[in-house]
Amino acid sequence: MEQHYQNLHEVLSQVVGYIYPNEIELNWSILIVLYPYITGLVAGAFILASLERIFKVHILKPTYVLALLTALSFLLVATMPLISHLGKPFRAYEIMITPHISSAMAIFGFVYLWYLMVVLVLEIWFDYRRDLVLWANETTGFKRFLYKTLALWSTDISPKAIALDNKIGYIITVIGVPSAFLLHGYVGFIFGSIKANPWWSTVLMPVIFLFSAMVSGIALVMLIYIIITKVRKQVIDMNCLDTIAKYLFYILIIDFVLEGLDQIHRIYEAEESFEALHELVFGKLFFTLFIMQGLLGTIVPLITLGAFQFYKPKEQTRKLIYLVITVLILIGIFFMRWNVVIGGQLFSKSFYGYTDFKIELIGAEGYLMAFFWLVVPFVILSFLLWLLPPWKKIDVDHDI
Amino acid sequence: MKKDKSDLSRRNFFKTGAIIAGGITATLALSSVNGLLFASEPPKRKGKWYGIGIDINKCIGCGKCANACKLENNVPQEPFYFRSWVEQYTINNDGTIKVESPNGGINGFQQSIPDEDIFKSFFVPKMCNHCSKSPCTQVCPVGATFETPEGIVLVDEKYCIGCGYCIQACPYGCRYKHPEKGTTDKCTLCIHRLKKGLQPACFEICPTQARIYGDLNDPLSNINYFLKNHTCMVIKPHLNTGSKLFYNALSPEVR
Repeated sequence: MEQHYQNLHEVLSQVVGYIYPNEIELNWSILIVLYPYITGLVAGAFILASLERIFKVHILKPTYVLALLTALSFLLVATMPLISHLGKPFRAYEIMITPHISSAMAIFGFVYLWYLMVVLVLEIWFDYRRDLVLWANETTGFKRFLYKTLALWSTDISPKAIALDNKIGYIITVIGVPSAFLLHGYVGFIFGSIKANPWWSTVLMPVIFLFSAMVSGIALVMLIYIIITKVRKQVIDMNCLDTIAKYLFYILIIDFVLEGLDQIHRIYEAEESFEALHELVFGKLFFTLFIMQGLLGTIVPLITLGAFQFYKPKEQTRKLIYLVITVLILIGIFFMRWNVVIGGQLFSKSFYGYTDFKIELIGAEGYLMAFFWLVVPFVILSFLLWLLPPWKKIDVDHDI
Repeated sequence: MKKDKSDLSRRNFFKTGAIIAGGITATLALSSVNGLLFASEPPKRKGKWYGIGIDINKCIGCGKCANACKLENNVPQEPFYFRSWVEQYTINNDGTIKVESPNGGINGFQQSIPDEDIFKSFFVPKMCNHCSKSPCTQVCPVGATFETPEGIVLVDEKYCIGCGYCIQACPYGCRYKHPEKGTTDKCTLCIHRLKKGLQPACFEICPTQARIYGDLNDPLSNINYFLKNHTCMVIKPHLNTGSKLFYNALSPEVR
């Protein structure tokens, strides 16, 4: 506690102008930056998978299952930064038991469970059921038991049963797309509906969150696909990678336009908060907004991916550039969340001043904790890839 | 001369029309007065419904209210947590504005600007507005923050999960996360004192009686007398929070 107070005293000495005395402490820290970041990756990865399944972009097949498993790995962790940030984490279940229905946050538990249990787990299960049955027959001991359990002791792999699996999987994906939209659009609404905060309060917030989610999720799956194929010493399907990059380019354009529209709208309307936000953007947020999010996370990828639509360098160069671009996009979207969450708390609601943000290395809200929750999904994904290797799956024809 | 029947009915029509139009205008005018008074919504129920009045002209910036609040309610002594504080506004001759609240005003104020440069200076005590359409109550995911029938916004600390959403939603910066409890803390209008028939601590200690509170439902109450006899305003009326903290002589610079 002493260390906490000492930090706040340091922040107090950094305050510029006047802020309300309770505003010195930033209540939503790096863990709340991670929360929309991780849910965004989930929604984006799922939407990429649905491109193959619903919109029949079969060229994306090599990434279909990978995208679903990535979405699941991240979704399993999505609530953790949120819960570990709570002042009373052991009361978190109250959100589910006694939700206050006028609260945007109260609905999160339900949207989350719907998406996790009804959509993602079911879709993956129906997609893997035949393989689980086959793997159970091929293996022995505990692994056999595990596969049998995962298949829920079903054994029917007749063409009729597989066709039914396929059909149900398709229906779930159809439900899944609006659910993915709901999940992340809703996370945007949590911020966009706070009228007290003009940096957050915009009707575009859910839409911006949604498209930035797609951008980050697609970039993540692309990156994981490149790395895993390299690690497995397999050949990367360049047609697939180029197609994903094309979609990434289109969605990045929409995301960029929406964010630009939001800023232009703010500048043109120039409401009461305009001067305060103007100073915030060109002051404390300059590096994270213009350099990290704008230049590295958006402009460079946009120009590169745009150029690839007209001119394609050699495969080896392209792979390397895709690797760099996806990393840049992932960093850029992280800072987009940062700019929203942290940026929205750096200026005073009195519009007369600014506070500072000091983050610790250790502690419940430190860098290490954030790093931990960012690494855990990759550990889960590695486990899932070992247990349910997509490359050992029997190819399912999604053209039903 | 015999009057035309249709003439009569036309006259009646205009007469009735005028009465209805007048009635509607009067009602609208009346309700707009109500709208201004309550910043949004008049009370729906009978019984006590608390409102607060602060007379900026009377505040001398002694900061005793902020100190009394901390002592009465065990608010942490560190200068980052306040249920009640005082701001000093100084408007300079060149039009610039300086706002200060060192340690919430508990130790008083020292004017750092030379007298000859000052156009005007005044103190604004701040506390929870006990809004009738409080955004903090709206966003609480578990309903730990609620409005009592008397119009006091409270937090149930045995129920609050400490998510901080209400802190983000309060436009007036009146909430903080209690560093030891992990739950949100805010002004209770000293409800524990009100129940005993005592005044809230900050009201009782005020040496100039700049603060008053009372029952908005009672036409003869202090608060209604205060509202009728002063030009009162709430802070950030455009946010439509239904604030029940009314200031006399509130400058537009105050936010």
